Amino acid sequence: MSSPLDLAQAHPRPAFTVTLDGREIDALPGQTVAAALWAAGVTSWRTTRGGGRPRGVFCGIGVCFDCLVTVNDRPNQRACLVSLQPGDAIRTQEGTGHDD
Amino acid sequence: MTTDRPHLAVIGAGPAGLAATVAAAAHGVRVTLLDSAAQPGGQFYRQPAAELRAHRPQALHHDWRTWERLRDGLRTHVNAGAVTHLTDHHVWFVERHADRFTVHALLGPEQEDPAAVHADAVLLATGGYEKVLPFPGWTLPGVLTAGGAQAMLKGNLAAPGRTAVVAGTGPLLLPVATGLAAAGVEIAALVESADPKAFVRRSRALAAQPGKLAEGAGYAAQLLRHRVRTLTRHTVVEAHGTERLEAVTVAALDGEGRVRPGSGRRLPCDTLAVGHGMLPHTDLAETLGCRLDGMNVQVDGEQRTDVPGVWAAGETTGIGGSALALAEGHIAGRSAAVRLAGRAPDPREWAAAARTRTRLREFAAALDAVYAPPAHWSELVTDDTVVCRCEEVTGGTIREAVAEFGAGDVRTVKLLTRAGMGWCQGRVCAPAVAGLAGCQLTASRRPFARPVPLGVLAREDTHPTGRGSS
Repeated sequence: MSSPLDLAQAHPRPAFTVTLDGREIDALPGQTVAAALWAAGVTSWRTTRGGGRPRGVFCGIGVCFDCLVTVNDRPNQRACLVSLQPGDAIRTQEGTGHDD
Repeated sequence: MTTDRPHLAVIGAGPAGLAATVAAAAHGVRVTLLDSAAQPGGQFYRQPAAELRAHRPQALHHDWRTWERLRDGLRTHVNAGAVTHLTDHHVWFVERHADRFTVHALLGPEQEDPAAVHADAVLLATGGYEKVLPFPGWTLPGVLTAGGAQAMLKGNLAAPGRTAVVAGTGPLLLPVATGLAAAGVEIAALVESADPKAFVRRSRALAAQPGKLAEGAGYAAQLLRHRVRTLTRHTVVEAHGTERLEAVTVAALDGEGRVRPGSGRRLPCDTLAVGHGMLPHTDLAETLGCRLDGMNVQVDGEQRTDVPGVWAAGETTGIGGSALALAEGHIAGRSAAVRLAGRAPDPREWAAAARTRTRLREFAAALDAVYAPPAHWSELVTDDTVVCRCEEVTGGTIREAVAEFGAGDVRTVKLLTRAGMGWCQGRVCAPAVAGLAGCQLTASRRPFARPVPLGVLAREDTHPTGRGSS
């Protein structure tokens, strides 16, 4: 078995397109922001308020708030909880997400 | 909305909450089951998103038949109108009135709109989350909890990375390593800090669980099949990378739990799935005034807390795994049903579940004694290692608060340094801060179980809450 989709014999409907900072990324229906970004090779989508350091998913279940991201202009969404819809615009969140 | 039957609110749709819901509904109680996820199952039985249309989700799971029994039981009672299952409900507060309760929740992943459910009694099955102790580099993207890696796999059918190291301590690491390997992730190593000799010393308590031994043997066989290199009495000393994880250094531990000098070796990887055990979610119980026993909600033989009308079951009453959660949930649901009917239960009715509970609590205690982080883990936390991920407070700052200002507990460290004051409210860093401050980790009282928009709080204050879908 080469992928979790094969392993679970999943037959999702075709992937749709979302954007990360304007760049097009494929996402499968039902996947969270975090999963779609990891599948696209992206592990970081936030910089910290203090040190400006990159962060991504950590606890994966909504407890740690490390994966905060801006989706459709709403900052501080937990990427591990929010599922994507076609055309969603994800933006890397810098600091509090309210600065820009 | 059916009858004037007594109404039980169950919070959490993992193994404990589902077992409780099914047991209570089967014994004449109307149940509203509230859960934050879109589907039942909790963390252990986390289901792939329905849109992914998985035909064989059991390939990612253990003990699928138990899940089918729970799922079908829930479905039967929902169809019969005895159970209302409220998905995407993030409960943030349970309000206690003279003779009933109001459960306050926020809806959907955005968690901005409120909902309220009234009930005669409440059953807390809020589960647990993973503990991770800090080490240099643990904030790098690519480092995530072992449970988080599993959630990405089970819920999203997405592989967390291509080459992973699975590390830390505890019974969760085995299924995570074998699950990732089966899903095509190369496992560079499974790194467990526990000493295999400790298992031998506890062999009597552990061998009393034939089912659990078979489970362990199954994982061992899978590790062999996937040729996973297992390093026991080893620990990750550092994660390397600039913008993302590139490698980890692992090293051997001596008999005292210190890193053996010169034993470090570098393993290239793009993912580190790490965990050091589990902690119970007790926020709702604490704000209800339930007595805690250490970190756990204290319960009696019927799974009742010391607050009348409040039951608790599963990891929130002590970390012990899904089988124990099922037994506790079953007992709690039975007890609540009989008590809500105004009668005193006969514990002989659930004698089998009670025996299972006793056995599995002993097993959990034996496992807890065996699986331990390195005794001197805090020596790995350098002064510039970030300890509080939210507020970016370093080990050096916390040590200064302890050494220079005499902070001897988590709360004082927080006031002096802001460690634990951020988004996660100290859920992640509290064990590490307690370790660096040299104090016991205690449950920390939070007013609400999750962040609540100010607009919702203002509304709660001025308007009576509407009836939920009960």
